[in-house]
Amino acid sequence: MTLTRRQVLLLLPAAAVAWESVLAGNPEVAPNYTTTEHWWGMLLDITKCIGCGSCVRACAMENDVPDGYFRTWIERYHVTDWHIENPHVDSPDGGKGGFPSDAETGGRNFFVPKLCNHCTDSPCTQVCPVGATFQTPDGVTLIDYNYCLGCRYCIQACPYGCRFFHPTKHTADKCTLCYHRITKGLTTACCEACPTGARQLADLKNPKDPIHAFLKTHTVQVLKPHLATGAKMFYNGLDGSVR
Amino acid sequence: MEGFMYPNEVELQWSVLIVLYPFLTGLVAGAFILASLERVFRVEEVKPTYRLALLTALAFLIVAPLPLQLHLGHPERSFEMYLTPHRSSAMAMFGFVYLWYLMAVLVLEIWLDYRRDIVLLAESSRGWKRPLYRLLTLGSYNISAGALRVDDRAGWLVTLIGIPSAFLLHGYVGFIFGSIKANPWWSTPLMPVVFLFSAMVSGIALVLLMYMLTSLLRRTAIDMRCLDTIAKYLLYTFIIDFTLEMLDLIHRIYESDESFRSLDFMVHTRLFISQIVFQIFLGTLLPIGLLAATQLVKFTEAARKRIYAFAGILTMIGIFAMRWNVVIGGQLFSKSFLGYTSYKMGFVTREGLVPAVILLVLPFVILFVLIKILPPWHEENIGALHADGTD
Repeated sequence: MTLTRRQVLLLLPAAAVAWESVLAGNPEVAPNYTTTEHWWGMLLDITKCIGCGSCVRACAMENDVPDGYFRTWIERYHVTDWHIENPHVDSPDGGKGGFPSDAETGGRNFFVPKLCNHCTDSPCTQVCPVGATFQTPDGVTLIDYNYCLGCRYCIQACPYGCRFFHPTKHTADKCTLCYHRITKGLTTACCEACPTGARQLADLKNPKDPIHAFLKTHTVQVLKPHLATGAKMFYNGLDGSVR
Repeated sequence: MEGFMYPNEVELQWSVLIVLYPFLTGLVAGAFILASLERVFRVEEVKPTYRLALLTALAFLIVAPLPLQLHLGHPERSFEMYLTPHRSSAMAMFGFVYLWYLMAVLVLEIWLDYRRDIVLLAESSRGWKRPLYRLLTLGSYNISAGALRVDDRAGWLVTLIGIPSAFLLHGYVGFIFGSIKANPWWSTPLMPVVFLFSAMVSGIALVLLMYMLTSLLRRTAIDMRCLDTIAKYLLYTFIIDFTLEMLDLIHRIYESDESFRSLDFMVHTRLFISQIVFQIFLGTLLPIGLLAATQLVKFTEAARKRIYAFAGILTMIGIFAMRWNVVIGGQLFSKSFLGYTSYKMGFVTREGLVPAVILLVLPFVILFVLIKILPPWHEENIGALHADGTD
């Protein structure tokens, strides 16, 4: 069979796409793990968080997070009766080393652990020009570091400030919900390191997961619900002042 | 840094290069729309600037993607936007809108308009220019009256398609910002419309300035009828642009949603000089006032020229400030609305001042080369043709 020049020109784009697919290779397979059987989220119990920073340190160590950037961090809120809408918040070094004792008196102090919300309708995956950031069938938002252009549009689109530009990879980066661990039956590094159980990984598709009982008996909230991102980080005891 | 920022927010993601991108594409869209006034709407007065406007648009369009490339963490992967575009991403469409506008509209229109000149120049020129013009003919040497009529008709059609394409090019740039619900400074459905009208304002001002500058350099008389008409269009589009921006502002002030206090503080502090002083007073109200004065008072030609030049320069500063305030301003406050950061521009860094200045100068260098290859002045072409004895 002979190909005309026209046919070759028509085939070139298709061949380029096919070659891209070959280069992408196959995703790593975790034995005994079926993505469609899980739907991951996390329960963050503000009433239990003591702001020790173990989760931040564990995350940084587990995921080789560069200094000054955070896949997870802790915020300390100080809310007084007169300033509910304008709380005083700090997060020195993301709370990695804990918090210095608070000199402020009156009002309430509490800690809020933050991380990627692994939103069901995530604005970050929506805006990625090449689909380098995507949602897995088990509900985790990930980044393909070999594909990301480093345009940082996703960082702008995240309402929660969870993404950063990796200084050496030159791509966007963020929490992976320790995907390399949870697909092997382990929990995330931050959940494992938390001494008070303030963070609990939750599989919403697993009927035996304790999250279901918890959700039935507690009032939980997600961050910035008005943005309708379908956030899957459920907060117990979330104060209205938290942004 | 002041107040509380989410820890990852401290670093600004989009630098001065991303300010340049909407500024440059705006100039392209605006210059093209001015050119189309003559072609489609038969505004004969602006005819002396038709070709200059097209070449200006092309020069700026060639440079428009460069700041983006320089900004990317992995510029070598940018072609992925063509191979595997993510359909839900506004940015993914950039490559296609850009290519469409460059190849299907601007280059085609310029080629059709210049085809007769190119053919004649291919026959009359000597040395290295000859193969260049022969290449530019694309093998089409037929310049009979019938063929030129077809060119003219096709050019008209391309311009007709070009107008919505120019709207698409810049309206879409506005959509890139306007569709980010996470950022209240950007998130408004007015953003694409504001971007579009500000693009027209900047493009018209640029062509006005280029026409005056080239006339000065060539020591030729300025067609005042043309200049007055361009200035009039500049005033009208400026009034629409300013009205839209004020509508957005009034709406924000009256609604005063959760982000208002934070944004209001920013406008009164970090953005005061660039927003209130440069964008609104020096870059909008003053040029509108000057242009309106020329409509109300009978000035001499020399005075009008000075006023137009001054208003044009102020307009360019104002529109650049507007792009700055959108792009940089949108990153100075925390999405927690509890704190503010500041932008420190590098100097000779990859995204610093020097590359930005080079990218601002580059379109003028390209335009100079384009003008040398394809002179937009009719009398010169005719001269060349007469010298050859073919016309």
